[in-house]
Amino acid sequence: MANLSGKGAIVGLGMTEMTREYTKSAAGLAAEAIRLAIDDAGLLKEDIDGLLINAGVTQGISTGLQRALGMRDLRLVNHMNGQGSTAGQMVQFATMAIEAEMASTVVCVFADSPLRPGMSAGAAYAGGAAGGPTGLRGLGSSYGFFGTNLSYALAARRHMGLYGTTNDHFGAIAVSNRKWAAMNPAAMQRGEMTIDDYHGSRWIVEPFHLLDCTLVTNGAVAVVVTSAKRARDLKQPPVHVLGMGQGHPGNPQRAGFENEVNTGAALAKETAFGMAGVTVDDIDIAELYDCYTYTTLVTLEDYGFCEKGEGGDFVADGRLEPGGALPTNTGGGQLSGYYMWGMTPLSEAVIQARGQGGERQIDKHDTVLVSTQGGILDHHATLILSPHASNQ
Amino acid sequence: MTEQPSEPAQKPVPAPDEESQPFFDGAKRGALMLRRCNACSASLHPATETCTECLSDDLTWAEASGRGTLHSFGLMHQNYHPAFTDKLPYNLAVVELDEGPRFNSNVVGIENDALTVGMALEVTFEQYSDEISLPKFRPAS
Repeated sequence: MANLSGKGAIVGLGMTEMTREYTKSAAGLAAEAIRLAIDDAGLLKEDIDGLLINAGVTQGISTGLQRALGMRDLRLVNHMNGQGSTAGQMVQFATMAIEAEMASTVVCVFADSPLRPGMSAGAAYAGGAAGGPTGLRGLGSSYGFFGTNLSYALAARRHMGLYGTTNDHFGAIAVSNRKWAAMNPAAMQRGEMTIDDYHGSRWIVEPFHLLDCTLVTNGAVAVVVTSAKRARDLKQPPVHVLGMGQGHPGNPQRAGFENEVNTGAALAKETAFGMAGVTVDDIDIAELYDCYTYTTLVTLEDYGFCEKGEGGDFVADGRLEPGGALPTNTGGGQLSGYYMWGMTPLSEAVIQARGQGGERQIDKHDTVLVSTQGGILDHHATLILSPHASNQ
Repeated sequence: MTEQPSEPAQKPVPAPDEESQPFFDGAKRGALMLRRCNACSASLHPATETCTECLSDDLTWAEASGRGTLHSFGLMHQNYHPAFTDKLPYNLAVVELDEGPRFNSNVVGIENDALTVGMALEVTFEQYSDEISLPKFRPAS
């Protein structure tokens, strides 16, 4: 296939309100986000001929969404699952399908509604904390291994042990995110946070404090993808897809593999940056999957913003903050903004690339990096987005 | 090598199935059992069904040395299960065995704040019920 750089564009963005309370089902949220995205693009439902779906932890939506939305005679439908990397992947597969002329205008949606009355955020992502264990699958709960927080905490601790990374470094990321969130009306946590607040927040699973962890969120985000040619005639400034790639390093859990400190971003970068014809020095804004502070740190290393092991020093001194050299997670990210899996970095990248970031808009937004990541650093999808149809 | 239970066996006790019975039989007699590939000799995590090195499914069981290092660890402060409530914070350890596979367990016989990435460990066993003992790890002697 020919180089797809600049062939696809994101032309619509729809976001529901982001909440910490149950408002409606994931399917209801998905429908709302899709309606908003289609309106945003200046399109009608009948213009959509493809639907790509990503359910969150509750798996509350699937291909039945097409019927619920009354969408007829679609040319492309799938319920995709690359875990947290799916948002980036959906844009990639939509772009490929459009360039292959299998479809012309594809909606990609993520929706989840994990928070219900009486349920804690931790319980929503507990994963196997209840139920009788059988065979070796049961060993984890016998030892007290529960929840996603633990898996990432173990990865972060490995980085600390190998490279001397500290909670001060993680805290710098949390504080930076909060500074950005303060300028984002859609962010859920906007109050001032100091490094002392970070250190004073309760432990979840060491080395993670509460403020190292994302905000479990109910909500939905949808984007509309079409060809760059068609994008020119639509309502919003097009956001062009200049580069895309994936990386899935595998997780052998055996000697010789440092899977906790080496993510798929490195492999995804090769493909995506190569397609876009950019280097790390060209990136104006980084929108990174930040389910935990550590995820930001290790992802920055794997894209080559700094050497492996030097992420701690890199994030210190405000580099990621408003006014810093590498504006990162400019909407507050998943830590202080909203946790819509890969749609968090993608939605903020679209806003920035369009120049619609308001108080938090970055002046130079020609090249925006989107990093979506899933599993326990297992799956990675990268996009290079730009208001320009090429980087020339 | 088996230590008496330090608390009532209220923690979730795994039920052996056909695949895992040799692992639990080994643990009961004080042996940490791993899978070994008959095709390429790789040592594999006991839950492995297909060799991750050569894709063979011709696997056997072999006793591990019980020695390894602490690859990573976390200290759990969240209360997920009533059996662990009065243990908080308790440690969770990823142990890299000398044979290669990593095994998730707990480290015993050491204060949590003395744990360090890379420290040498050796297996010990904790009795969970009359039939079930599980491998844990302690600082190497």
